[in-house]
Amino acid sequence: MDDMNQKFTSRTWPESPEKTTLEGKNKFLGFWLFLGGETVLFASLFATYLALKDSVPSSDHYLAADMFALPLVFIMTMLLLTSSLTSVYAMYHMKNHNYQKMQTWLLLTVLLGAAFLGFEIYEFYHYVHDYNHTFTSSAFGSAFYTLVGFHGAHVVVGLGWFILLLVRNAKRGLNLYNAPKFFVASLYWHFIDVVWVFIFTVVYLMGMVG
Amino acid sequence: MKNGLKKWRFLPLVAALAFILSGCGEPFLSTLQPAGEVAQKQFNLMMLSVAIMVLVIIVVAIVYVIAITKFRRSKLGEDFIPKQVEGSHRLEVIWTVIPIILLLILAVPTVALTFELGDTQGMEAVDEEGNREALVVDVRANLYWWEFSYPDQGIVTGQELVVPTDENVYFNVIASDVKHSFWIPAVGGKIDTNVDNMNTFYLSFDGEKAQDADNLFYGKCAELCGPSHALMDFKVKTLSPDEFDQWVASMQEAGEQEEPTFDDETVARGYEVYQEQSCIGCHAVSPTQQIGTSQGPNMTTFGERSYTAGILDNRESEEVMAENIKNWIRNSAELKPGNEMPVYNEDTLSDEDLDALTEYLMSLKVYSE
Amino acid sequence: MSTVAQKRGFLAVLWDYLTTVDHKKIAILYLISGGFFFLVGGLEAMFIRIQLAVPDNDFVSAGLYNELLTMHGTTMIFLAAMPLLFAFMNAVVPLQIGARDVAFPFLNSLGFWLFFFGGVFLNLSWFMGGAPDAGWTSYASLSIASPGHGIDFYVLGLQISGAGTLIAGINFLVTIINMRAPGMTYMRMPLFTWSTFVASALILFAFPPLTVGLFLMLFDRMFGANFFNVSMGGNTIIWEHLFWIFGHPEVYILILPAFGIFSDIISTFSKKRLFGYAAMVFATVLIGFLGFMVWAHHMFTTGLGPTANAIFAVATMAIAVPTGVKIFNWLLTMWGGSIRFTTPMLYAVAFIPSFVAGGVTGVMLASAAADYQYHDSYFVVAHFHYVIIGGVVLGLLAGTHFYWPKMFGTMLNETLGKVTFWLFLIGFHGTFFVQHFLGLMGMPRRIWKYLPGQGLDLFNMISTIGAFFMAIAVLVLLYNIVITQVKNVRVGNDPWGDGRTLEWAIPSPPPYYNFKQLPLVRGLDPLWIEKMEGRTEMTPAEPLGDIHMPNNSFIPFVMSLGLFIAAFGAMYQIDWRESGGEEFVWSLPVLIIGMLITLGSMAVRSLKDDHGYHIHKEELMDDTDKGGKE
Repeated sequence: MDDMNQKFTSRTWPESPEKTTLEGKNKFLGFWLFLGGETVLFASLFATYLALKDSVPSSDHYLAADMFALPLVFIMTMLLLTSSLTSVYAMYHMKNHNYQKMQTWLLLTVLLGAAFLGFEIYEFYHYVHDYNHTFTSSAFGSAFYTLVGFHGAHVVVGLGWFILLLVRNAKRGLNLYNAPKFFVASLYWHFIDVVWVFIFTVVYLMGMVG
Repeated sequence: MKNGLKKWRFLPLVAALAFILSGCGEPFLSTLQPAGEVAQKQFNLMMLSVAIMVLVIIVVAIVYVIAITKFRRSKLGEDFIPKQVEGSHRLEVIWTVIPIILLLILAVPTVALTFELGDTQGMEAVDEEGNREALVVDVRANLYWWEFSYPDQGIVTGQELVVPTDENVYFNVIASDVKHSFWIPAVGGKIDTNVDNMNTFYLSFDGEKAQDADNLFYGKCAELCGPSHALMDFKVKTLSPDEFDQWVASMQEAGEQEEPTFDDETVARGYEVYQEQSCIGCHAVSPTQQIGTSQGPNMTTFGERSYTAGILDNRESEEVMAENIKNWIRNSAELKPGNEMPVYNEDTLSDEDLDALTEYLMSLKVYSE
Repeated sequence: MSTVAQKRGFLAVLWDYLTTVDHKKIAILYLISGGFFFLVGGLEAMFIRIQLAVPDNDFVSAGLYNELLTMHGTTMIFLAAMPLLFAFMNAVVPLQIGARDVAFPFLNSLGFWLFFFGGVFLNLSWFMGGAPDAGWTSYASLSIASPGHGIDFYVLGLQISGAGTLIAGINFLVTIINMRAPGMTYMRMPLFTWSTFVASALILFAFPPLTVGLFLMLFDRMFGANFFNVSMGGNTIIWEHLFWIFGHPEVYILILPAFGIFSDIISTFSKKRLFGYAAMVFATVLIGFLGFMVWAHHMFTTGLGPTANAIFAVATMAIAVPTGVKIFNWLLTMWGGSIRFTTPMLYAVAFIPSFVAGGVTGVMLASAAADYQYHDSYFVVAHFHYVIIGGVVLGLLAGTHFYWPKMFGTMLNETLGKVTFWLFLIGFHGTFFVQHFLGLMGMPRRIWKYLPGQGLDLFNMISTIGAFFMAIAVLVLLYNIVITQVKNVRVGNDPWGDGRTLEWAIPSPPPYYNFKQLPLVRGLDPLWIEKMEGRTEMTPAEPLGDIHMPNNSFIPFVMSLGLFIAAFGAMYQIDWRESGGEEFVWSLPVLIIGMLITLGSMAVRSLKDDHGYHIHKEELMDDTDKGGKE
C-alpha cells in the first residue's frame, strides 16, 4: 500500500506479487469475475451457432463439412496453445522478479498470437472467396463469423493489451503496481486460449464430422 | 380432472370462487365462462390454484394483522426493548414444507394437463378408407387478418373461422410476416403463430355454451405485432356437426362454380368494379383459390360475415353492414393503422361504384340466404 | 461536505460531479438520473392509461402508443428501477460493510456514465424520428420488421447502458468480498448487502446473454446479418431464449435489493434483529440460483412442447418456497417487536401483502396449462406490476425516505411522506387489481385500444383513475424533496434513532473517507450491539493512520461519451449504405471517431499511472467531526 513504485530485488519480491496490494487483490478477483461473465457470453454465442449451424436458405450454399479443413485449424490451434504456454513462462519469470525474461516470453506470446491472427484472416478470406460463405450470405454465415470473429476480436484486444503493457513498462522494471496488470493480461490470454479449444472442438471437429 | 383425490377439501372453496368469477366478462370473450373442454380444464386448474393461493393469503393475513396491531411501539412504550430472537428451526421447516406440499398439489395436475393439451395425436387418426377423422384447420396469421383453411376439405375462409361443436378441432398455426398469437379466450388458451415453424394444438367448442354466446366467439391476436395489434380480431362461428357438413358442402360447391351470373344490375356492376379496381388480386372470391398465398382475406363468405374487417359489427341490419363496408373501403387506414389495404377515396372510386361494389360484396354468400 | 460545496461555484460543483469517483456522490448521480427517468417512464404510463380510459379512444395514435408502451417498460426497468437501486447500493453498501470506498472507484464512475449516456441515447429517439415500438422484449420478427431507427436506438442504448450495469455488478461483488471491515464476516452482513451481493452475481451472469442478443439484432439491423431472417435460415426463437435467459434473472436483480432494503427497515423499526437471518440469506441465494432455471416460463405458448413446459412450470413453482420463507421471516421479525410506523416502515408493512398478491399470481402463471390463458393478457400485466411496483417501487420509495438523511444529511418531511404513501398505495391497488380480471375477461396486453361492447369498459376506467392517484403521490414526493432541501435541517449520525448497522454509526452525510478508523464488527447489527452496551459509536479496529484515496478522473465521462458518439455513426451508416454512399457520408467517420475517443481514453487510463493520494493522520485529527477521537 505504501509506495507503489518501491524498488524490489528478487529477494524482497513477494510470493504472489499480483495479490500483495489491495488494488492488486481487487483487480485479480474482479478480473476472474469478468471472465465468468465472458464465459456466459461465449456460451450464448456457442448456443446460437449450434442452433444456426448449416442453416442456409438453399442447397447451393456450402456447409460446414464442405469447407472446414483440419490442417489449417490444426496449425492455428498449435500456435495459440503454444502462446498460452509462453505466457505461463512469462508469469513464472514475473513471480521470480526476472523482468527481462518475462519481457522475452511475452514478446514471443505476442508473436505467436499475431501469427494465429494472420492465419485466421487468411481462413476467413479463403471461405469468402472460395466458398462464397460470408457474414451476410446465410444465417450459418452470420453465426460462424460472429462466434469465431468475437474470439478473433478478443485476440486483437489481448495483443494490444500486451503490447501496451510492454511499451509502457519497457524501462521501469517490475513493481507492485504493474505486476497485477501483467498477471491479469495473461489470465485474459489463457481465457482466449480455452475458448479456442471449444471453438476447435465444436465448430471445426464437429463441423467436419457433419 | 385426473388426480382429483387429493383436492376434495378445496372443492367448496373452488365452487364458491367459480361462482363469483363466472359473473365476470362476456360469454363470447371471457376465460371465466369457459365454453369448451380445453377452456373448462384450464379454468378448473385456475380455480385450484386460486383456492390454494387464497389459503396462503389467509394464513399470511392473520399473522400480519396480529403482528401490526399487537406490537406497536405506541402501545409498548419507547423504552421497551424486544427480545432479540435469532429464529426458529422448527418454524423454518414448517413454512418450507407446507408450501412444498401445496405446490405439489398444484404441480401434479399442472403437469398432467400440460401433457394432455400438448397431445395432438388425435390429428393423425384415420378411418378405414384412410381419411382423417378429425377436423384440421390451417391458421395463417398476417398483419391484422387471419386465414383459416381446411386442407382436407380444400376450402378457405378469411377472418371468420367456422367450426363444428362438441368435437376436437386441430389447428396448425403459422405466421406469414411477424409473430402473432392465436387466442379464443372463451374456448381455450392461446398458441403463438411463429414465423419459423408450425405450431399445433387443439380446441373444442361446447354446443350449449356456444348458444349463450350467440354461436359467435371472439378471437384475438395476443402478441404485439404492430400498430393495429389491438384490432387484429377474428370471429369464430360455431355450427352443429350436421350444419357444419352442410356448410362444407356448400363451400365446395361454390368453389366449383365457373363464371358468376347476376340477376341484379347493381350487383353485376359491383362485380365489374371488383375486377377494375384489382380487388381480385388480393381477395379471392372462390373458396378454393390462393390458399396459403393470398395477400388479403378470402371474400367468398363476405356477405355472411358478422363483422367487417373483424372490428365493425354488422349484425344489426343490412344497412349497418353496407355502411361498415363503405366505411372500411374509404377509411381502412384510420380504422386499422398500418394495414396493407389501399385507401379508396372519391377520386379512385366514385360513390356510385362504391355502392355497387358494396352490393356485390354483400351478395357474396354461400350458406345462408 | 455539502456546505463546502454550496460555497463553491456551480461550475466547480459540476466538475466535481463529472469527475467524482466517490461512491456517495455517484449514488447521488444515480439517484438524480434514475429519478428523472422514473418521471419520464411515469409520464409514458399516464399516456397509456389515459388512452385506455375509455373504449375506442384516439388520445394517442396506434404507432405512438406502441412507442409509449415500449419506452415505458424499457425506461422503467433499465433506466429507472436499476439505477435507483444502484443509488442505494452505492450510498449504503460500502458503509454497511465498513469500507472507505468501493473496490474500483474509477469503474464505479465509468459504470454510471455508461448507463447515463446509454439512457440519454435511448431517449433521444423521441426527437430523432421515433422511439422503439416492439415492446421492451423487442421480439425478433417484429423488431427486425420495424421501420425507422427506433429499434436501433433500443439496441445501441441498451448495449451501452448494459455495459455500465455489468461493470457496476463486478464492482459490488469485489467490494463485498474484499473490502469488509475487520470482524464483518459474511454471516454478519446486513441483508441489503447480501441481496446486493446476490443481485450483482445475477448481473454478472445474466447480462452477457442480453449483450449477445443485442449484438445479433444489431448485426441483423445494421450490418446485414441473418440471425433472425427466416428466409435466410435464421431463427427468431433464439432471441426469445437469449432475452429471457437475461430477462428472468433481471426481475430478481430488481427485487432482491428491494427485499434487502425491506429486511433492514423491518428489523430497524421493529427494534428487533431479523428473524431467521441465516434462512433469509439462504433464501436470497436460492432465489438467485433458481432465477436462472425458469426463463422458458415466459415462452409457454411459443410451442416448446409439453415436456419443456412441464419442467419449467415445476421449476418456477419451486421459487415460491424461498420467497414464502422470506415473507414469514419478515412477519416473525415484526412479531414480538416494537413497531414504529415511520414512512419507510409504512412502505415495508404495505409491501408484504402487496408482494404476496404478486407472488401468488406468479404461482398461478407458473401453472403452464393455465398460463395458455393468462399469457400476454392483462393478467400478466397485473402480475408483474404487483411484483415490480408492490415490491421494487415500494422498496425504492421506502429506501428514499429511509436513506435520505444518510445521503443528504436532512430528513424528508414525515407527514408529506405518509401522504405520498397512502396516495400511492391506494392508486397502485386501484390501477392494477382490476387488471387481473381484465386479463381473464379476454383483454390481451399491449393493445392500443379496445372496442366497446366487450365488457372491458368499467375496469379500465377504474384502472386509469388509480394511475392518477399514483401520479399525484409522486408530485407530493417531489414537493417534499424540494422543501426538505430548502429547509435543510441538519441531522446527526442516527436520525431514526433505531439504527442497527454501521452506516448509522458515522455522520450524515459521511465524510468523504467514510470511516476515520475502520470499525471493529462484533456481530450482526454491530451498532445495536454497541448501543446495548451503552456506547453510541463503534469501537475502532485500527489506530488512526493515513488513508489512501483514489484520484478523481474525467476519463470515465469521455470514455462513455465516445461510445455515445460512435452509436450515432453505427446507426446512420445504414442510411449511408442504403443511399449508395450519397447521403449521411459523415456516419462512418463519426463511428470511427467515437470508437477512437473511447479506445484512446482507455489507453490513457492504462498508460498514465494513477496511484491516488493519502490523507495524512494530522489532517484527520484536525477534522472536527466526531468519528474516532483517540
